[in-house]
Amino acid sequence: MPVAFNDQQMKTVRHLLEHYPRKNAALGDVLHLAQEAFGHLSPEVEEYVAGLMELPVSYVHQVVSFYTLYLRKPVGKYHLMLCDNVSCMICGAGELLEHLRKKLGIEVGGTTADGRFTLWTVECLGACEAAPVIMINDKYYGSLTTRKLDELLDGLE
Amino acid sequence: MGQVKLISRFFEIEGCRLRRVYEENGGYAAARRVITENWTGEKIIETLKKSNLRGLGGAGFPTGMKWGFVPRDQEGPRYLVVNADESEPGTFKDRHVMLHAPHLLIEGIIIAAASIDAEEAFIYIRGEYWEPYRVMLEALEEARQAGYLGENIFGSDRRLEVMIHRGAGAYICGEETALLSSLEGYKGFPKLKPPFPAVKGLFSRPTVINNVETLSYVPIVIDKGPEYFAGLGTERSGGARLFGVSGHVERPGVYELTLGTPMRELIYTHAGGVRNGAKLKAVIPGGTSCPVLRADEIDVPLDFDSLARLGSMLGSGGTIVMDETTDLVEVLLRICRFYSWESCGQCTPCREGTGWMTRIMERVAGGQGNSRDLDDLVDIAQKITGNTICPLGDAAALPVISFITKFRDEFEARVASAAAAAGRPQATERV
Repeated sequence: MPVAFNDQQMKTVRHLLEHYPRKNAALGDVLHLAQEAFGHLSPEVEEYVAGLMELPVSYVHQVVSFYTLYLRKPVGKYHLMLCDNVSCMICGAGELLEHLRKKLGIEVGGTTADGRFTLWTVECLGACEAAPVIMINDKYYGSLTTRKLDELLDGLE
Repeated sequence: MGQVKLISRFFEIEGCRLRRVYEENGGYAAARRVITENWTGEKIIETLKKSNLRGLGGAGFPTGMKWGFVPRDQEGPRYLVVNADESEPGTFKDRHVMLHAPHLLIEGIIIAAASIDAEEAFIYIRGEYWEPYRVMLEALEEARQAGYLGENIFGSDRRLEVMIHRGAGAYICGEETALLSSLEGYKGFPKLKPPFPAVKGLFSRPTVINNVETLSYVPIVIDKGPEYFAGLGTERSGGARLFGVSGHVERPGVYELTLGTPMRELIYTHAGGVRNGAKLKAVIPGGTSCPVLRADEIDVPLDFDSLARLGSMLGSGGTIVMDETTDLVEVLLRICRFYSWESCGQCTPCREGTGWMTRIMERVAGGQGNSRDLDDLVDIAQKITGNTICPLGDAAALPVISFITKFRDEFEARVASAAAAAGRPQATERV
């Protein structure tokens, strides 16, 4: 796939650039858009965004590599982000993590061979009332047990 | 004292995400009054000062005073920035506000912007909060269509545009100057103060930055009057706030209490007490950066000054309850790992110190520690505090000092059992 936004995406970029008094302030939004369009932010995408926004590639790379939600490697169809910070940890996140590692046969940071699941542990998701919590792509699921987690994963397409 | 429903009453109203439902329940009356009666900035600020409302993101700075610092005689734009980057472990109240009462926040934004004559506001929301982001987007659009945002709001000659910016996963961006760096399109590096954002903030312009919950109390203060709000709290901490309780309790959730209510009431009356009738061991009062409390300290009134007198902080109100089965060595290790991972790396004491503390804690938790390690941890922590640009250094150091000081026996036991297992003396000399 060539690294280039389509017309609709370019329209969004132009809108974003007008959004802020300084052009480079739109970088974060443009990177989110690029990730949606291209799946992850490869060096080619960084170069493309830099060219589009007339910014040094090194600057774009600095920003991309500072934040965890900008993906520098492809992830599976379902990106599992299990919180294991304090509230989730003391409510059983460790057991869920063990279960996921065994069930999927991958380590934290890994992706299953069929490209279906990527497993991450993440910092506090801000939903501690439902600890332990997992984020799958853009949705939160809470009050998990290993059984509920199994049902959740088995119910995915 | 006790439970009130000022913000949380909206959580219980079905469909309150919609402007119509919010207005049927008294919504937008305060903003309409302030704008159509053409309140001056001074009048709004005076009202907020009287209410004793303090910043509920964690620092507790008086809100009216913060707004009053913005110079209003300069040419050029002033900005309002909403901190919706809720990331302090144990904190989830702002998510509830945005999900259930998005228009309450927008109403607070309208009044705060009017107080400093800002025509543009930015909401910086953490990247993981997809659902609150979508809810806020819809609510902003509804408010725009109703004429509450955009040009000539409420039929006045005022203009207010509100933009929403998604973060991308960095705890540090909840620190106000790091948030500004991030919003300007840079890495989230905190900046030295002074200059304070009130004078030189977003795009080098005078800027007010407030937490979601703080702004959401503003319409309530105007509506009910500052005296009413101030009267709910203690002498120096006005009103009420949302406490998020998690961990080993029967009913984890968000509870709105007047300031000064005892922590015991929060845990035992509202959150249903410790799960399965177990014994309480420890409580983290306001997010993981706040020094831990022992079970015998929970009669403390929940207000900024009482927690400070106890050597801790009210912080974000995120209360983590831990029962007798909790391994506090593991908990402290997890906290150390968090702050080490999230340190932006600008200041040496924080960048290196958080890494050292984590590695020593890994050794202690892994059964390789000695009692000298415990002193070293406290020593390193003390050398971080006060020596960094932003409060992340302190946030990392205070839990280390408090856990080891208050639960020294448990940490000593861990290193003693490690020493016994390895057949070596407990205390080894530093090489």
